[in-house]
Amino acid sequence: MSTSAIKHYVDQFQHLQKELTSDQLQAQRQSAIELLQKTGFPTTRQENWKYTDVRPITGKLFNVATVNPEKISTETFDSIRLHELDCHELVFINGRYSAEHSSLKALPDGVVIKDLASALKDRQQLITEHISGFSAAEHNGFTALNTAFIRDGALIYLPPNAVIEKPINLLYLSGFNDQPFASHPRNLIILSENSQATIMESYIGLDDSDYFTNTVTEVCMKQNAHLQHYKIQQESMQAYHIGNLKITQAQNSRVESHSISLGGALVRNDIHSRLEAQGAGIKMNGLYMATGKQHVDNHTRVDHMQPHTSSHEIYRGVLNDHARGVFNGKVIVHKDAQKTDAVQSNANLLLSDNAEVDTKPELEIYADDVKCAHGATIGQLDQDMLFYLRSRSIDENTAKSLLTYAFADEVIRQIKLDPIRKRLEYLVIGRLPEADLIREFAA
Amino acid sequence: MLEIKNLHVTIDGKKILKGLDLKVNAGEVHAIMGPNGSGKSTLANVLAGRDGYAVTAGTITYKGKNLVEMPPEVRACEGIFLAFQYPVEIPGVNNIYMLKAAMNAIRAYRGEPPLDAVEFLNLVKEKVKLVKLKEELLNRSVNEGFSGGEKKRNEIFQMAVLEPKLAILDETDSGLDIDALKIVAEGVNSLRHHDRAIIIVTHYQRLLNYIVPDQVHVLFDGKIIKSGHRELALQLEEKGYEWVKQEAAAA
Repeated sequence: MSTSAIKHYVDQFQHLQKELTSDQLQAQRQSAIELLQKTGFPTTRQENWKYTDVRPITGKLFNVATVNPEKISTETFDSIRLHELDCHELVFINGRYSAEHSSLKALPDGVVIKDLASALKDRQQLITEHISGFSAAEHNGFTALNTAFIRDGALIYLPPNAVIEKPINLLYLSGFNDQPFASHPRNLIILSENSQATIMESYIGLDDSDYFTNTVTEVCMKQNAHLQHYKIQQESMQAYHIGNLKITQAQNSRVESHSISLGGALVRNDIHSRLEAQGAGIKMNGLYMATGKQHVDNHTRVDHMQPHTSSHEIYRGVLNDHARGVFNGKVIVHKDAQKTDAVQSNANLLLSDNAEVDTKPELEIYADDVKCAHGATIGQLDQDMLFYLRSRSIDENTAKSLLTYAFADEVIRQIKLDPIRKRLEYLVIGRLPEADLIREFAA
Repeated sequence: MLEIKNLHVTIDGKKILKGLDLKVNAGEVHAIMGPNGSGKSTLANVLAGRDGYAVTAGTITYKGKNLVEMPPEVRACEGIFLAFQYPVEIPGVNNIYMLKAAMNAIRAYRGEPPLDAVEFLNLVKEKVKLVKLKEELLNRSVNEGFSGGEKKRNEIFQMAVLEPKLAILDETDSGLDIDALKIVAEGVNSLRHHDRAIIIVTHYQRLLNYIVPDQVHVLFDGKIIKSGHRELALQLEEKGYEWVKQEAAAA
């Protein structure tokens, strides 16, 4: 099955040659497509993909998307936009940049926020210096596929000491195609010494088109740089989403990653951070909610390479109907990484007898003076809490929704940025029965 | 108001209540006393409608309606309130919003419009004084981080706001020091009313020094084996339960 998909992508690749040969990434694209031909797409025989069968994606032939920005009505766009959030916004439609929908405010000197397609023309050096920090071993079929099709996405560069107050929103909208289509967004984020930014990636499905988003974001954190990163995944319920966030962190750099997964038929999120120098730290928060037959897989990995590095992770999942969740959190404390502080927890709420979750915290510790803790739970709604609320006249459905929301809110309330937190509260509550009744609780 | 006839209840197949009869009229305060394991808390929970309690025989009639098949939230809307022996902590659910949702669910059930925010807040401010609960506790999650005494006072506070027709206090006095006990008792006494009934389930007669009951019942082995007035509670304190058991056995 997947061999025909690979052949399909190779054909597409050759077809796009004319368009793409003009820049310096061509060698990387070429070796990536060769790697894909050699290794193929992951299968459930691989430990990392044991619980996620990607054949629904690899069994289908996705074409290059056509882009019809004029089909997005002003009303549709207004309903998606976070009006309360004053931000720099790059908008992509089916993976391609749409200048007419985007808006950039005044930026400090030297800051670059632009679409990758045009940056490939005038910022080649910056890109080639930082892009593709994947070794052959780190690649999987999907990251290789993304690399082979690097064409559009975002480049964000902050020079030393630059602080951008307003969040940067990368808004990826998909829809309006009759044929199955794929996009391969590639984002490159470089935060120089002492710089600071808040960056949001939003993936939103606009209709029930059959599509596949295969995204890669690379983040390079220099000394003492600070990043708040949000990924909000609201693809359509028919869509496939594979996302890879790869972060390298220099001394004293800090990252806060919030990953919220709500949409998609089959979803896989990978986050990998390498804490390469002392004082580097990452906080990872995640929430996944799945219903119907959705399958959501979150894989995180942190490499503690040096002493005094820290990682704090909280992931929570809410699974309903026949939904399936997967969590795998790997923490590797390398032998030099004394005084590592790593805490990880994953809690899952199963709302139906048919929902399923596979959770696997993994700690590999090669240093002897570290503080590491991890825990994973799978449970149902607490019957005592449910009865307490019902005995106070709150009906069963509302009580269940309230308790479910309270469970999810543990992750959402970590979000510091008010408009984003409120938006997420709104979206999460919208997924629950009796939503209107419990909105007030989040006020 | 409440009439229980020949009530048999099992939990996981185990017989707990074995033919209990009880009649409570509006305006009355009844105390249910008895040794550990006699079925006191089972009675309280069955009245409130907790899952897992199977009524295998007998009837519970409340305001002329069959209570047994009624879901807990409908019982609450009909005016039944249980003050829990062990109030549960509910992280992430705000105390005051829960109470407002409860209040408005009851009002909707009665066909009344919801209270607006100001009316509700005034009511809360008035009632919270009654149980001397710190106002800042109200804005926390339900019972989260409350002391044992604060949890019990929160139950009475909720009861004062919701103004039930039938209040059941399940060992509300257990674990309270004398000052907290007096506060709780004052709260309960302020709710005594000719159209409201109160059932106090307790282990000790101490609480009854402050809330004087109209009737006292002794529950033993799933049945009420003796009923009397206030003096019965004092006799029980003085002489224990053994003589009542013997008296019942003889009869």
